[in-house]
Amino acid sequence: MPVARLKVWRGGDDGAYEDYEVEYEEGMVVLDVVHRLQATQTPDLAVRWNCKAGKCGSCSAEINGRPQLQCMQRMEQYPEDEVIQIAPLKTFPLIRDLVCDVSWNYKIAKTIPEFQLTAPDQDGNRRMAQIDIDRGQEFRKCIECYLCQDVCHVIRDHPDNKDDFAGPRFFVQLANVAMHPLDTNPRRDTVDHGFGLEYCNITKCCTDVCPEHIKITDNAIIPLKERRVDEFYDPLRIIGRKFFGKK
Amino acid sequence: MAGYESHEYDVLVIGAGGAGLRAAIEASARGLRTALVSKSLLGKAHTVMAEGGIAAAMGNVYTEDNWQVHFRDTMRGGKMLNNWRMAQLHAQEAPDRVRELEEWGALFDRTDDGRILQRDFGGHRYARLAHVGDRTGLEMIRTLQQHAVHRGLDVYQEFTVNRLFKDGDRIAGAVGYWRESGELVAFSAKAIVLATGGLGKIWAITSNSWEGTGDGHALAMYAGADMIDMEFVQFHPTGMVWPPSVRGILVTEGVRGDGGTLRNASGERFMFNYVPPMFAAETADSEAEADRWYTDRTARRTPDLLPSDEVARAINSEVRAGRGSPHGGVFLDIASRRDADYIQRRLPSMYHQFKELAGVDITREPMEVGPTCHYAMGGVRVDAETGATTVPGLFAAGEVAGGMHGSNRLGGNSLSDLVVFGRRAGVGAADYAEGVEAMPTLDASAVNERAELVTAPFESDGKENPYAVHEALRDLMQVNVGIIRTESDMQVALSGIHELKARAAAVKVEGGAQYNPGWHLALDLEHMLNVAEAVTTAAIERQESRGGHTRDDFPGPSPEFAKVNVVVRRSEDDGAITATQEPLPQMPAELQRLFEED
Ligand SMILES: Cc1cc2nc3c(=O)[nH]c(=O)nc-3n(C[C@H](O)[C@H](O)[C@H](O)COP(=O)(O)OP(=O)(O)OC[C@H]3O[C@@H](n4cnc5c(N)ncnc54)[C@H](O)[C@@H]3O)c2cc1C
Ligand code: SF4
Ligand code: SF4
Ligand code: FES
Repeated sequence: MPVARLKVWRGGDDGAYEDYEVEYEEGMVVLDVVHRLQATQTPDLAVRWNCKAGKCGSCSAEINGRPQLQCMQRMEQYPEDEVIQIAPLKTFPLIRDLVCDVSWNYKIAKTIPEFQLTAPDQDGNRRMAQIDIDRGQEFRKCIECYLCQDVCHVIRDHPDNKDDFAGPRFFVQLANVAMHPLDTNPRRDTVDHGFGLEYCNITKCCTDVCPEHIKITDNAIIPLKERRVDEFYDPLRIIGRKFFGKK
Repeated sequence: MAGYESHEYDVLVIGAGGAGLRAAIEASARGLRTALVSKSLLGKAHTVMAEGGIAAAMGNVYTEDNWQVHFRDTMRGGKMLNNWRMAQLHAQEAPDRVRELEEWGALFDRTDDGRILQRDFGGHRYARLAHVGDRTGLEMIRTLQQHAVHRGLDVYQEFTVNRLFKDGDRIAGAVGYWRESGELVAFSAKAIVLATGGLGKIWAITSNSWEGTGDGHALAMYAGADMIDMEFVQFHPTGMVWPPSVRGILVTEGVRGDGGTLRNASGERFMFNYVPPMFAAETADSEAEADRWYTDRTARRTPDLLPSDEVARAINSEVRAGRGSPHGGVFLDIASRRDADYIQRRLPSMYHQFKELAGVDITREPMEVGPTCHYAMGGVRVDAETGATTVPGLFAAGEVAGGMHGSNRLGGNSLSDLVVFGRRAGVGAADYAEGVEAMPTLDASAVNERAELVTAPFESDGKENPYAVHEALRDLMQVNVGIIRTESDMQVALSGIHELKARAAAVKVEGGAQYNPGWHLALDLEHMLNVAEAVTTAAIERQESRGGHTRDDFPGPSPEFAKVNVVVRRSEDDGAITATQEPLPQMPAELQRLFEED
């Protein structure tokens, strides 16, 4: 059996990388090797996972410096003598080993506006053309792995921005609400309410790491930014605001 | 252990999959103080992994469909052992629950005229599963999660409940621990809803995640609740078999619904040889007719879509007869039957799953598949209308509840079960809580005793590794209480379980209390062992073959056992687990008429 050489972060902020050697079998992914390490050498190794098939977004980590899902990285891709470094996501406070505190994301999630759809048709059904929901379905593929949040320099390098910046995952969700064909939630609220869109300078790092291949920048962030410009400078709307006393 | 947090709620919902989320939404909409707890982060429960769809007789694709047909399919799929009233309510209410998900933001795939599209699945007479490609569970959980977090309920995530407490006969609360810190929390609650999902982690080959340890089944048993149908465990016919690390991961039935067919090593479509008499009249007997059926409902359906218990047994027989694929499964072929575009559009996540995990391009090559432990039909006995268990104040919904699916669940009938009965249990618990005047009291000494037991594995002078004990249990059950069972094998399992209980008592946990998976597993072991014993005891009691329970020593169905549920109870005095037979609830005549044409 081949042997994997791992460098795994152990402990909290004051922890360190530890070296391990773990035997593995053909077809295994990084998460399998981590599990085998846990079962045979380090029973208290903290790691999150659920589906082992790239569907739940639990097992996010930084593998050789790249934000990835541990369950979707096959061992075959690493040359036999390569040391594989596995670290927790850097952007969130570390709890222990490979697990960090992602509760900030759940706080933001509560602030994203809800859907408010038009009433259904007479027969109780709602009608939407497939073509009009393709984009929304792309956004809803998000598995909340938070890899995009991890890689975004706005919060990775400046943790204080977390107070004013929702991050790419939630721009995707805002775009989902904004582009729903039957939603009646005032669009202005969804893009104007201080989610920090202006901090984003379209580096596209988020799109590059998304395991669901959501085109976060092109399909969510840029259209949201464009809407925002339209709304601010749309003269009719400005008049409307003055007349009706809307903000 | 020094002290613990305490909280009070009207309704405590344990589990944040589809069932728990839907129950919590209902209870908090009633203005009750509601808490929702889950072992993982919010949005990661099993429900997220469901692929194929949610069954609801909306009639969008076939106008002939209605609740009666859905009801009939469900009962026949369950070999008539289902709680008829649950099956009826389920069939009647599922369409509204699907529309409600849409109202809350779900985007299901559409028909040409813009309504919700429905797909074919095993055992369903008409195309009935609302779906989003092959990631329907993600759509459901995200929709419910986003709706729930705006409802003002308290979420305790990465929090594991270890015991329920009673005040006299009634439910009084629960004790659990934060995974992050290991600290203990005591909840006082007027009503508790169990929505803890399944128990697949008792077997070696399973589609279930680490959470599927049967906690809710065990918690209910410890609290003295009746369990029914525990012998019925669904082995999904199509799990991945290769490479070894992905063994058991699910391949959705949607592959067959969308045109995929099963073949043995010589390329034969062997399912034609395994059509049981009950389904012969409605199943195609030639490949031409089966292939026509996908677009023409005057043809009879393909045997690839027989209920999953039939398909799992057929695959098992082919492999045993030496006609399997190189890695001990059979072939599932959609590549030669549908074009690559269609496959990628209909089954995007299967495409990626095989491409990335097995290096197989399913648009060009067949998949290798075999049975995997998937779903628990059995569970806590509940009242159909309210989800009430036999313990006052304790409710249950979703996979942890028993009765709805009888001896075998149809694909797609779980997601609908979650929202139909999640909602009903939420209403039931809210009604009950409103009728309870004073907050029940937790027995402080019992809570303290539990606190000590929970931390005991750290101080243990035993030498057992929790992972090793778990693996031994999984192998024991896989070999002795798998798809094909005999009394003698199951007796081996029972005595093995008792030995493992002793080993589990000698588990030693290393490290500290902070986010320590070894410790968490050590605590779950107790639940798994009790649940394994319950399944095995029930399976010994049922001396026949039916649905998800196949006995080599009793190969056919028996008219006597057709009339009874096996009920399992755990003695609160000595922990002994026993099985008894009790008569099935009787279906009213107007519903019985639906089966007369059989
Ligand atoms: C891969 C896969 C594909 C599937 N595909 C389909 C499909 O296409 N259609 C369909 O209808 N069904 C499908 N099923 C079945 C269906 O997904 C499940 O039966 C269903 O999601 C179970 O939902 P639930 O709400 O009962 O529990 P789960 O979604 O399993 O949630 C259980 C919850 O309980 C919590 N919990 C458990 N124990 C404790 C404890 N001790 N303390 C605190 N919290 C606890 C967990 O953390 C979790 O939040 C599939 C299942 C799998 C595994
Ligand atoms: S494109 Fe914007 S949101 Fe995405 S990583 Fe770059 S700055 Fe962050
Ligand atoms: S948008 Fe992509 S990278 Fe970001 S959380 Fe969702 S799935 Fe993960
Ligand atoms: S374990 Fe679910 S995405 Fe990796």
